[in-house]
Amino acid sequence: MKLQRTNRLRALAAGALAVSGALVLTACGSDDNSGSGDDGSSKAASNIKCEGKGNLLASGSSAQKNAMDVWVKNYQAACPDTQINYKPTGSGAGIQEFLQGKTAFAGSDSALEPEEVTQSKKVCKSGQGIDLPLVGGPIAVTYNVSGVDNLVLDADTLAKIFDSKITKWDDAAIKKLNPDANLPSTKIQAFHRSDDSGTTDNFTKYLNKAAPNSWKYEPAKKWAAEGGQSADGSSGIATNVKQNDGAIGYAELSYATGNNIPTVKLDTGADAPVEATTANASKAIAEAKVVGKGNDLAMDLNYTTKAAGAYPMVLVTYEVACDKGNDKATLAATKSFLKYAASADGQKALADIDYAPMPDEIITKVRQTIDSLA
Amino acid sequence: MSIDSAPASASPPPPTPVSTAGGKKPTRPGDRVFLGLARGSGITLLVIMAAIAVFLTWQATKALGENEGNFLTTFEWDVNAEPPVFGIAVLAFGTVVSSIIAMVLAVPVSIGIALFISHYAPRKLATPLAYVVDLLAAVPSIVYGLWGALFLVPHLTGLYEWMDEYLGWTGIFEYNGGAARSLFTAGILLAIMILPVVTNVSREVFKQSPKMQEEAALALGATRWEVIRMSVLPFGRSGVISASMLGLGRALGETMAVATVLSPSFLIAPSLLDPGGGTFAQNIAASFKEASPAGVGREALIASGLVLFVITLLVNGLARLIIARRKEYSGANA
Repeated sequence: MKLQRTNRLRALAAGALAVSGALVLTACGSDDNSGSGDDGSSKAASNIKCEGKGNLLASGSSAQKNAMDVWVKNYQAACPDTQINYKPTGSGAGIQEFLQGKTAFAGSDSALEPEEVTQSKKVCKSGQGIDLPLVGGPIAVTYNVSGVDNLVLDADTLAKIFDSKITKWDDAAIKKLNPDANLPSTKIQAFHRSDDSGTTDNFTKYLNKAAPNSWKYEPAKKWAAEGGQSADGSSGIATNVKQNDGAIGYAELSYATGNNIPTVKLDTGADAPVEATTANASKAIAEAKVVGKGNDLAMDLNYTTKAAGAYPMVLVTYEVACDKGNDKATLAATKSFLKYAASADGQKALADIDYAPMPDEIITKVRQTIDSLA
Repeated sequence: MSIDSAPASASPPPPTPVSTAGGKKPTRPGDRVFLGLARGSGITLLVIMAAIAVFLTWQATKALGENEGNFLTTFEWDVNAEPPVFGIAVLAFGTVVSSIIAMVLAVPVSIGIALFISHYAPRKLATPLAYVVDLLAAVPSIVYGLWGALFLVPHLTGLYEWMDEYLGWTGIFEYNGGAARSLFTAGILLAIMILPVVTNVSREVFKQSPKMQEEAALALGATRWEVIRMSVLPFGRSGVISASMLGLGRALGETMAVATVLSPSFLIAPSLLDPGGGTFAQNIAASFKEASPAGVGREALIASGLVLFVITLLVNGLARLIIARRKEYSGANA
């Protein structure tokens, strides 16, 4: 027993050494990644108007986490008196915390539900919660098929693939869309998210609207179709698509470009198939209609657009705040930060990290609404 | 055989003189303080366990009240639906099956390693080998998960194809292509993770097998293997069983490693090599971050945690029972 105890101690020590060693190594490794945001900050710093002081708490959507990171970094470089703390806890939790009055604003992948608006009247006292669309992004369909590097699919085929109705890559429907490609007879491995996700919600919204005959499931954060394989998080999808020949999956564009995975071009009915890029996504978002009432800018996306170069598989994420009755202690800082995020500089910083800037018409409305916050 | 029932006069000391707890009351102040401290610790542990049980039950009742499906048989986990529908059938199946696969793979190997270290290996090799096995326990489970997802999964397809060819007729080892992200892969990973626990305890037990008996057997002309078969293994059986139960407890509750290598879904795949399934702990880890505090998401996860808690208690209780039956030989108490 005595010998045994020293064994454990030594094992522990060695283990601790290995772990701390690994930590040191990873710490070095991660430094490079933040480089992309740097060039944005020096330019942007001059245009930020600092107002208010203190701690700004916010939480919500993880889809806009990277955008928030860049905004917060740039904003904080200019305004050291304000501490902004955005926790990417997920849209549901973000809205909940906002409705409990714990945060200044929430990030959310979907607009407020009617009952959430009713609830918000308690926190906002004289007003109600409103949605401010600030970040857009293309959802990329990534694939890994050996010998194929220019894959074109349409909504209907995508729906059938993800519903396990099309199971081989050399299926007639895929061949028809890719007459020149050398499609193998590999089995299709369709990867979907295993966790509840705003990306899934928006992806299935697109399938539901653009391919109503082939996608019968209600859009939801939780994957509804049976079959296929699943993985946790966008990074899990990217890893698995990269690893498996015959795989196809969906994730925010940055995960595709970051991992060097090819993305599917969408045949929307326009003259040429549309690639998943931030510019193309912005074009599709420009076709969206604002359906929110009053100051609420909740949007209804046009998933079936046939405009040239418009990539309709997009998601728009919102910041949720009160139109009136915001907490006085944080109001000035909230307005100032959101104003920066909606400014030309703030929106321009998005394109560098694979998010889509909001189209002019909408962002102008957003700026006006932010100015009117009280 | 008969050697099995040898008197306890051999090397492990008879347990009786150690504890006099029930008998006389301690009189000297040092004894009294120590008794108080020990008793306090014991009571604290009970209080903590009771608090966990009460918390789980209390939180779970809310979710169970609103659940539209049958908690035990529903193949679904839709806590944000109106009304919520969820059940643990798939999770219970996945938890038990992956743990059984882990046990089947790990226990024989563990016994082999333990015997090698305690009876075959030269001292120079045995000590470092024991360190290495101990080190396996110090690796965080997420590291196993990453290794599993990035290295093990892509390298398992060959094994899966082989199993499909020779064992496919059983139905449960049918492989339909695709990434090897199944309950079987989770089982393999769990087997590696429970190896150190089972090996360590087994080794301790084997080391305490009566030297006199072993030497007597050798003197009678038995080979090394015969000595092990007739003296070491029967002596260590209950110890190995309780060691396995400890390992099983770990396999049942393992979270991150399973979550990284499994392709979870709320279906029970007919073949163990097909992607799909899930375990209690994996599901809690995967669903917790999006379980909104508004609905019953968290409470439903807690209800599933309660089931895991009960299963783990049963397993540990079983292990205790087995240990208690042959208390004097148990390595854990030595």
